[in-house]
Amino acid sequence: MTLETFQLLSPEFILLLAGLVVLCVDLIWRDEAQKRLWVPALALVGVGGALLATLLLWGTPPTIVLAMMAVDPFALFFKIIALGTVGLVLLAAVPYLQGRTPYRGEFYALLLFAGLAICLASSAINLISLYLAMEFLSITSYVLAGYLRGDLKSSEAGIKYFLYGAVTSAVMLYGMSLLYGATGTTDLAQMAAALKKGGGSLSWLAVVALIPLLAGFGFKIVLAPFHQWAPDTYEGAPTPVTAFLSVGSKAAGFAILMRVLLTALASVRWNIGWMTFLGALSIISMILGNLIALRQTDIKRMLAYSSIAQAGYIVIGFICLTLERDDAFLGINGTLLYLFAYLFTNLAAFTAVIAFENATGSTTISDYRGLVRRAPVVAGVLLIALLSLAGVPGTAGFLGKLFVFGSALQLGVPLTFTLALVGIITSVIAAFYYLNVVRYLFFEPAEEGAGSLAVPAGLRFGLALTAIGILVVGLYPQPFIRLTTDSIQMLAAIF
Amino acid sequence: MDYLLTLITFLPLVGVLLILLIPGEEERTIKRLAIGLSFIPLLLSIYLWFAYDKGKGGIQFEALSSWIPAIHVNYHVGADGLSIPLIFLTALLTTLGLIYSSYTITRRVKEFFLLFLLLETGMFGVFVSLDLVLFYVFWEIGLVPMYLLIGIWGQPKDRPQYSAIKFFLYTLVGSVGMLLAILGLYFYHGTFDILELAEVGYLFNGISWLATLAFWAFFIAFAIKVPLWPFHTWLPDAHTAAPTAGSVILAGILLKLGAYGMMRIALPIFPAQFKYFSTEVPIIPILALLSIVYGALVCMAQWDLKRLIAYSSVSHMGYVMLGLAATAAAWGVDRWKDAAAMASNGASLQMFNHGIITGGLFFLVGVIYERAHTRDLQNFGGLSKMTPYYYGIFMVTALASLGLPGLAGFWAEFFVFRGAFQIMPLFAAIGILGVVVTAAYILWKIVQSVFLGDFDAKKWEEVTHGARLTDMLAFEKVTMWPLVLFMIGFGVYPTPIIEFFNSFAQKLLGG
Repeated sequence: MTLETFQLLSPEFILLLAGLVVLCVDLIWRDEAQKRLWVPALALVGVGGALLATLLLWGTPPTIVLAMMAVDPFALFFKIIALGTVGLVLLAAVPYLQGRTPYRGEFYALLLFAGLAICLASSAINLISLYLAMEFLSITSYVLAGYLRGDLKSSEAGIKYFLYGAVTSAVMLYGMSLLYGATGTTDLAQMAAALKKGGGSLSWLAVVALIPLLAGFGFKIVLAPFHQWAPDTYEGAPTPVTAFLSVGSKAAGFAILMRVLLTALASVRWNIGWMTFLGALSIISMILGNLIALRQTDIKRMLAYSSIAQAGYIVIGFICLTLERDDAFLGINGTLLYLFAYLFTNLAAFTAVIAFENATGSTTISDYRGLVRRAPVVAGVLLIALLSLAGVPGTAGFLGKLFVFGSALQLGVPLTFTLALVGIITSVIAAFYYLNVVRYLFFEPAEEGAGSLAVPAGLRFGLALTAIGILVVGLYPQPFIRLTTDSIQMLAAIF
Repeated sequence: MDYLLTLITFLPLVGVLLILLIPGEEERTIKRLAIGLSFIPLLLSIYLWFAYDKGKGGIQFEALSSWIPAIHVNYHVGADGLSIPLIFLTALLTTLGLIYSSYTITRRVKEFFLLFLLLETGMFGVFVSLDLVLFYVFWEIGLVPMYLLIGIWGQPKDRPQYSAIKFFLYTLVGSVGMLLAILGLYFYHGTFDILELAEVGYLFNGISWLATLAFWAFFIAFAIKVPLWPFHTWLPDAHTAAPTAGSVILAGILLKLGAYGMMRIALPIFPAQFKYFSTEVPIIPILALLSIVYGALVCMAQWDLKRLIAYSSVSHMGYVMLGLAATAAAWGVDRWKDAAAMASNGASLQMFNHGIITGGLFFLVGVIYERAHTRDLQNFGGLSKMTPYYYGIFMVTALASLGLPGLAGFWAEFFVFRGAFQIMPLFAAIGILGVVVTAAYILWKIVQSVFLGDFDAKKWEEVTHGARLTDMLAFEKVTMWPLVLFMIGFGVYPTPIIEFFNSFAQKLLGG
């Protein structure tokens, strides 16, 4: 291992180190009061360091490290998303864990490891490293989802997530073994070459392998019909973990999906290829997620169904990617832009939900009545987040929708027209349930005697940061469009 | 680079940020700040009115700078003979609305004034935008504050929450379709610029079904806002539920956004489609007539004063659409050029006048509602003797609304029908029916049942639980007089405003 390898994988190493330090400090240090402050601070420093290292790597030429990992703009983009998510979730988790569990140190360490897993997954260019990274992410996530031992719902969330995860992982592994059997290699680039050389008979097998693979990726992305775990897990898991799953874990799924389909399976896109399959999954997700979300009374459950629907929108951009490199609507940059917007938007929503849950212990939507009088900042940020989820102009969410629908129209084949049409119709439906929350926040009076809510400084910081993020991306999008357009550079991708 | 329009558009937003910093208990400070700040765009829009070179015409005060270069979206603003009167109308009604609300809004003052100013920015933005994406952003941004205004300050018995979401979703349904059409235009012509697109002429490289589809996407988005029958059903609910100043802005400005979109985007970019659906397949004039006649007939059956005026908006905005249909039908026909200009002027004038008159009517409904807390026409009667001042102001406004010669409303209808009779005589003849019914419901339903007859003190006592019946107060007079002066002023001498609209019409029709 050379020094250059260390440098190229510095974000991962920093995260690993930070996780281990957090574990050790938590083990050795006896002073509970001091620990409560310093352990999360250490974790945050680790995330900050890793983020800095990632940004420093920006601009280095795409390189393959250890034959298993690629350091290219595409991977770096997802590392930024992963680290941003972990940092914001950490901020929100500190007050949340207080009084809920005595085992806080491990939580932060696990969160750092989960972030590390996403970083690894976004770089993986070999079926082996890819599968290991995904399992690493899954296992840390299972533990995190079931972290509140005394809480039945949290345990249910962990178990349900684990059962679904184990099954889809096995199914996915079956698909991978088919691909390996057909091509004799686990390297994504070589696989693409073998498939190309093999011609018709092999590509037929690739289509067969595609379906189990999509089950594994769809599980992580929360794409219907592989979404069944999401509502219960989102509802039961500790809310910061739900926030992490809905953004970080989803982003990891997208990174892997796009890399595998654009390198190894690039030749089976058209006809009965992944474009059709993903298109169908996208349509089902948009319709099902939005329709079921209409009837939810728990905000975490509602956000779970909204997350299914959003996955359907995000994947449109990838389905509609084009070869015209000189145009702005490349499709895939729409997906990245949407993910970037979704990072701020969904974390803003979840930070607000955590702030409310912390003060009142409730996640029922009707308990949010009159929140604007009780905690105007929380209500205001939640309003901005919900408008962004609904795709109202001026927010980041609008930009994401503009780019994915734009690419769908630009490609202009019947499938993509259908996607755009279903997309806009369902986004009107979505506006209804997002605004239903706004109705409680602003229209309904608070209950008698309900006082104002205390919001800890860390949460206030998180709320401000995410809200500013939503508005900046929404109103001054040029740098972010550039960032995402630069980030579509992927090693060995066949466009 | 001209910063005037940018200044007008974003000054209210500065007010929003300032109000955000003031603690909610400082109600007087908030009210004063909001009203004081709203005067600046008003004065600037008056300056705009006089600084615009009508002889030269066209877009002036233009500002253009890149906003999202990656997809060629520009911050492109400008104003012409169509938008300047509407910018002025927006500034005027906002200031009056703020003054009126500073006396009547007692609950959640900070939020109200903050949202009202945010709304003003959205409305200005639509009237100055010359880029489709910019237009779309402002078009939708205005939705949020209005949604909250209706939902929070609506009267509980008017189902404000239902009306608010209905208003939001109706507009959203239209505008998402418009978004796809905007993107479609971009992919075929590489620009979002409204002026450039109007020059294209050969839309979608001649693929006519795409052009037709895009036209209908824009048309329906605007028709919902106008509102044109059968897309009008959000309007009576929203207007009735909104607080007084909210109803004034809804009727006065938000409906104009739809009609403005027709004149700024739908007609100039899609003249062939607009013409086709006004002549060979005359859907547009038929919908306009249905709005005129149906709206007026529903008014005859209404007993809720505010709902009645809301439906009268459907009817009155129908004249705008009839005028536009006539203009489109005459597109490219030389012998109809003057008639088309007249119809277009009538439509524009109707937009402005409807803002002044119906805005005024909603203020006047607010005046009586603040006293009686009921709007049921059957509960009133004989108010002319008890509140003569109110009676006088109301009569001027009501007569202006029915189009009495000498008041502003007359000229708009006159020009619309003068133009339309030459171009589409049958439709114009049917449309005249609406004028007759309008006179009937205004005189019979409103004037007769509210003001004439004997005042029944016992009944008043019974329905209002002993509310005191006072004549108009000073702040109510202050809000109404500017509007009344415009009704009389433009009724006697409409030339100054027609010059504006005519400069637009001449440019539109290629004169």
